Amino acid sequence: MPRMGYSFPEEVLEHVFSFIQSDEDRNAISEVCRSWHDIERWSRRRVFVGNCYAISPTMVIRRFPEVRSVKLKGKPHFADFNLVPEGWGGYVAPWISAMASAYPWLEEIRLKRMVITDESLELISKSFKNFKVLVLSSCEGFSTDGLAAIAANCRNLRELDLGESEVEDLSGHWLSRFPDNYTSMVSLNIACLGWEVSFSALERLVGRCPNLRTLRLNRAVPLDKLANLLCRAPQLVELGTGAYSSELRPDVFSNLSGAFSGCKELKSLSGFWDVVPGYLPAVYPICSKLKSLNLSYATIQSPELIKLVSQCQNLQRLWVLDYIEDAGLDALAASCKDLRELRVFPSDPFGQEPNVPLTEQGLVSVSEGCPKLQSVLYFCRQMSNAALMTIARNRPNMTRFRLCIIEPHTPDYLTLQPLDVGFGAIVEHCKDLRRLSLSGLLTDRVFEYIGTHAKKLEMLSVAFAGESDLGLHHILSGCDNLRKLEIRDCPFGDKALLANAAKLETMRSLWMSSCSVSFGACKLLGQKMPGLNVEVIDERGPPDLRPESCPIDKLYVYRTVSGPRFDMPGFVWTMAENPALRLS
Amino acid sequence: MSPDLPKSDVSSGLNFKETELTLGLPGEIGRGTSSLIQIPGSSSAKLTGTKRGFSQAAMDLNLGRSFSVEHDDSACEQSESENEDLSVAKPPSAKAQILGWPPVRAFRKNVITKSCHLVKVAMDGAPYLRKVDLEMYNSYQQLLSALEEMLISCSTIPTHPTRNYLDEKKLMDPASGVEYVPIYEDKDGDLMLVGDVPWKMFVESCKRLRLIKISEAIGPDPRTPQQSASCTS
Repeated sequence: MPRMGYSFPEEVLEHVFSFIQSDEDRNAISEVCRSWHDIERWSRRRVFVGNCYAISPTMVIRRFPEVRSVKLKGKPHFADFNLVPEGWGGYVAPWISAMASAYPWLEEIRLKRMVITDESLELISKSFKNFKVLVLSSCEGFSTDGLAAIAANCRNLRELDLGESEVEDLSGHWLSRFPDNYTSMVSLNIACLGWEVSFSALERLVGRCPNLRTLRLNRAVPLDKLANLLCRAPQLVELGTGAYSSELRPDVFSNLSGAFSGCKELKSLSGFWDVVPGYLPAVYPICSKLKSLNLSYATIQSPELIKLVSQCQNLQRLWVLDYIEDAGLDALAASCKDLRELRVFPSDPFGQEPNVPLTEQGLVSVSEGCPKLQSVLYFCRQMSNAALMTIARNRPNMTRFRLCIIEPHTPDYLTLQPLDVGFGAIVEHCKDLRRLSLSGLLTDRVFEYIGTHAKKLEMLSVAFAGESDLGLHHILSGCDNLRKLEIRDCPFGDKALLANAAKLETMRSLWMSSCSVSFGACKLLGQKMPGLNVEVIDERGPPDLRPESCPIDKLYVYRTVSGPRFDMPGFVWTMAENPALRLS
Repeated sequence: MSPDLPKSDVSSGLNFKETELTLGLPGEIGRGTSSLIQIPGSSSAKLTGTKRGFSQAAMDLNLGRSFSVEHDDSACEQSESENEDLSVAKPPSAKAQILGWPPVRAFRKNVITKSCHLVKVAMDGAPYLRKVDLEMYNSYQQLLSALEEMLISCSTIPTHPTRNYLDEKKLMDPASGVEYVPIYEDKDGDLMLVGDVPWKMFVESCKRLRLIKISEAIGPDPRTPQQSASCTS
């Protein structure tokens, strides 16, 4: 019998596969045939698990035995706003233990919204000889002691990024644990640390790492020490300053200005806590090269912001407080034609009255003046359908649009109508929209528009919107690419959820809090859908002590291949397939 | 039976019957429970509460300008926090914060609203001064507790300030039994008794604080007839 196939030797296939990095493509490759599946799984080096409870570490390790880089996400996004009670979960320890023995050559760990202990950090530092990258984004559960272990033991560390994590600050001396002969730091982000780190250790570290590209300092690093640091690292590409305030002194200013001028590669700036405006001109020499500017902690007023931003002609990303005002956004629109991303944060989020003249007009200006604008996060206090329609028509290339009108249920301020048609225009014109956050007064109609038009939408955030289950039904039945849906304080109940139960298996997760979903519906969903974990989160006590029709407080539904988890706290119940298994 | 249809659904032309949601998984034919199942309580009170005409809704809403507040001392914003203790329990104010809203992360909130108003505190008999950040406190009660803690540096006995709102505010060091009265120097350089003006006004005008021993306080004190230390009855 003639042999079938023109099969290449495995080595050739492996070599070809090594050029394929994206998970989607690799997943497709692995479905071609048995041998491709095997070759692919042995050659996969990066794994991304978007929900740490969707699969167990054992299963990942069994399928992909030679992984070098792992990225895990834990808590749902609304945990950022304190909607997920403390102790819900997201513990990384089981993953670290499993990988410590299975992946001795692991190089990179990236975590988001997970709980990691000092023990795990120590285990990481001792288990992976070639460990290079540790990124802890919005994590918690560890202290500077854990960081000390990383510093002391990870000889090949390139990147230590603490993101916006909550770190228990026991001592600033952890930084001194980097050995004197350690010189490989490329990226260091300690901006989230509340207390001082040993400054002399920091200086020496910066001075001996010639490949340092990113340095994000914390607020405790004083301005008069910054020049010194910059002089030791003129090759920096990304810098986060510490506190940007000091008594105005000409010598400090000229040192700083000189130091900035010496950083010819600087493309990104952040930090700027407690800004003293008199020191801002020190950065003017490098403004024209800046691509990214994060002024979201800088409490400076519009005129200074305008002076700064007008010099940044190559700016691609700007994060700023609403102190910039509509006038500042006009200036931005006029000067920064390469702008891709704008985030405007509220300076007074809990005030009842607008404290600055920042309105929908600022966003409209930027949408007109910046042809590449594709990502927006905007907090404001008034909006109109007309403005949203203008923005939509101006920027059909928008991919991420998050609007937060601070007061819930705020209608179009001109017509007093709901903002349905405005957001409808956004989803209709922006055909590549992947992420959307809604706010303002909204009826079920907006969801009809979204379900009809937002075919590429992957993540939707909804708050204080809608009128009935029809709203939720439109989303779940219409948005073909929806992966994450998070809802709070909307009158959505059981019907739409149960009618679209199968849809939930095509998504990563659904969050619903302060809605009208009954306990009975949750049980039903859990029973019907074994491929989902249906978690009822309720700090009032066991839901089965109340009538089944009673709405539950919070619902978190996610697809999983590893069944119910066993690390739940007392206020979380998983609705299991077999009611007898339900822990209550 | 079909559920009660909210009026607006019918009037907007939706054929609700056609889009009626049934319980049943796609592709499941012949499974006994595929007809409409009414989940009790699904059309809950929350839904009916939102069924309002828009003009009514608009009147109730913050239109971005003035905000109608339920309680009657809205005209005097500064007295709010000070009067907290005096007032009876009010109905939930329209100004009450909603959990997790607006969606701003905690570390951003701290940075933005954090300002610093440090003032020196001189305590009679102490060889050195202290400093407090007035922005850390929201009321006289909190400030005075903090000042009392400074006084009682050695004492392990927890104390509460010996005062009520009708009295002048005074502090006591339990170890010595000495009482202190807090006074402050305002923007005009005048020495003022702590507690007379609304809290926020005080924070704005206070330049430095001083705790003077009662025996040194100038003049009679008509408001505290049971003064023990220096009065001879």
